[in-house]
Amino acid sequence: MSATMPAPARRGRLAAIAEWCDERLGYSRFLKAHMTEYYAPKNFNFWYYFGSLALLVLVIQIVTGIFLTMNYKPSAQDAFASVEYIMRDVEWGWLIRYMHSTGASAFFIVVYLHMFRGIMYGSHKNPRELVWIFGMLIYLCLMAEAFFGYLLPWGNMSYWGAQVIVSLFGAIPGIGESLVEWIRGDYYISDITLNRFFALHVIALPLALVFLVIAHILALHEVGSNNPDGVDIKKVKGPDGHPVDGIPFHPYYTVKDLVGTVVFLALFASVIFFAPEMGGYFLEHANFQPANPLQTPENIAPVWYFTPYYAILRAVPNKLLGVMLMGLAVISFAFLPWLDRSKVKSIRYRGWIFKTFLFAFALSFLALGYLGMQHVTPAYTYAARFFTVVYFAFFILMPWYTKIDPTKPVPERVTYHAH
Amino acid sequence: MSAESEQIDGGRRHFLLVATTVTGVAGLAATAVPFLASWKPSARAQALGAPVEQDISKLEPGAILKVNWRGQAIYIVRRTPEMLSTLTNPEVVSRLRDPESEESEQPEYTKNDARSLRPEYLVLIGVCTHLGCAPLDRFQPDDPELGADWPGGFYCPCHGSRFDLAGRVFKDVPAPTNLRVPPYRFMTESVIQIGVDAEVA
Repeated sequence: MSATMPAPARRGRLAAIAEWCDERLGYSRFLKAHMTEYYAPKNFNFWYYFGSLALLVLVIQIVTGIFLTMNYKPSAQDAFASVEYIMRDVEWGWLIRYMHSTGASAFFIVVYLHMFRGIMYGSHKNPRELVWIFGMLIYLCLMAEAFFGYLLPWGNMSYWGAQVIVSLFGAIPGIGESLVEWIRGDYYISDITLNRFFALHVIALPLALVFLVIAHILALHEVGSNNPDGVDIKKVKGPDGHPVDGIPFHPYYTVKDLVGTVVFLALFASVIFFAPEMGGYFLEHANFQPANPLQTPENIAPVWYFTPYYAILRAVPNKLLGVMLMGLAVISFAFLPWLDRSKVKSIRYRGWIFKTFLFAFALSFLALGYLGMQHVTPAYTYAARFFTVVYFAFFILMPWYTKIDPTKPVPERVTYHAH
Repeated sequence: MSAESEQIDGGRRHFLLVATTVTGVAGLAATAVPFLASWKPSARAQALGAPVEQDISKLEPGAILKVNWRGQAIYIVRRTPEMLSTLTNPEVVSRLRDPESEESEQPEYTKNDARSLRPEYLVLIGVCTHLGCAPLDRFQPDDPELGADWPGGFYCPCHGSRFDLAGRVFKDVPAPTNLRVPPYRFMTESVIQIGVDAEVA
């Protein structure tokens, strides 16, 4: 397969066609820049699977989504029944639908792990601020995409989830109520709302997502990938001009990511086939009833990936303040590149203060996620308030604690042990 | 190079650039209007928001009836004398955030202690003023879940907001204001029309 191999006669014509195309398109230059001559640090570890996995899930969501729209009807009359129709009557419809619904949760799992990796190894720091910002925009888009998609099955939890989230905008002083009416296009969440959410879910946001993913990767390839040591591999280059600690993305990391893909798909398939509802965490029980505008479900909770923010919203006994804190909790991540004043990037060379704060933050994110699924009780409310404070302390105190944190000396080159 | 650049009229270029940009942006803004306005409630949606009528002659004292108006549940409660007596109980009133309904939304003719045209009948929009869930009716005092000092009222399961038997919000809950009262009137002794204001004599 290598380029130096003498081309057999049969390949001659194909190669000629390829060359003809390349002269007019320049794809070989593109492939070199982003695959075969994109030098990535050789010390990537387990945590570096989740970027390519997120891309894989995006493809799964787009393909299954296209096939779902072929049988789904975005109207209040037909939506719930059309989903049941897909589940029962359409050949393999249940599989496509479960792939899509499980894919939504899988998307957030890999994205959360991908974000945690970034914070752990300082991938948000100079010069990767824009990579991080594009990533945050992807995350926002993904949240909107998940929210709009959740209304489409028109189950009772879909309905009331949309009702609660749309009402959040009503907290804005002055324009709130008219803004809510404008978003819904009606006096309540109705057929009109469902139809426009469908349009946003299948066209507008996927387009924005794809463009943002391209921008994310272009920005990354411009500055180069970070690594678990947070060392700039471009500082030490070999006689060939390539970083000595870098290896071409293709074939080395395509092969590595292929292993991740296989393991991921095995887990993904296990969920689809054996626990597609995940005990009510991936598909909530109340959503097996059609939407009922007159009856709120007994325990209303968003799907697990939103519950940390939902817990923050509930913890604040003031509507506007609660909504503002919830919004702030989401966008705080975007400021990380400028909040983090540490001299070193990777957690390997940071001191105990950062490690403690990061651990407390991860713990409070998980704890808030748990609390957001539970019924409101005074004890849980106080717990949610405590973890909300810890959550924000991670960001607000960051300029201070990253500066005084005792760091270790960073090596010139990446640490790497052959296997 | 220098001879050519002397002939370039920089001011003119700048003016044309700004003028073209401003015209383009104004055109884009004007074009955005129909797209943004298309999201407002359509003529059909507005027509479907017409008033509804409800016969209340069969409503028992202490019972609640739910009517659909504009896709929202309208709660009609026939209050017993005991329920009405809690509304002026100073101990309960002291725990309310807006007992006089000063910051809450209701027609002028229901801005009273009972928040109604006739004290016996309470008419409310069953949408929590926090984030729009439907509050549950918990009319029994001393509810096991809501505590010994619970006077009876409405409880929102979503985020724990509490309201008294006139839909007035308690302190220290997420909901900022009292439950809203829709415009309504008594067409006859036993028929309520929701969506039309009562004539205030």
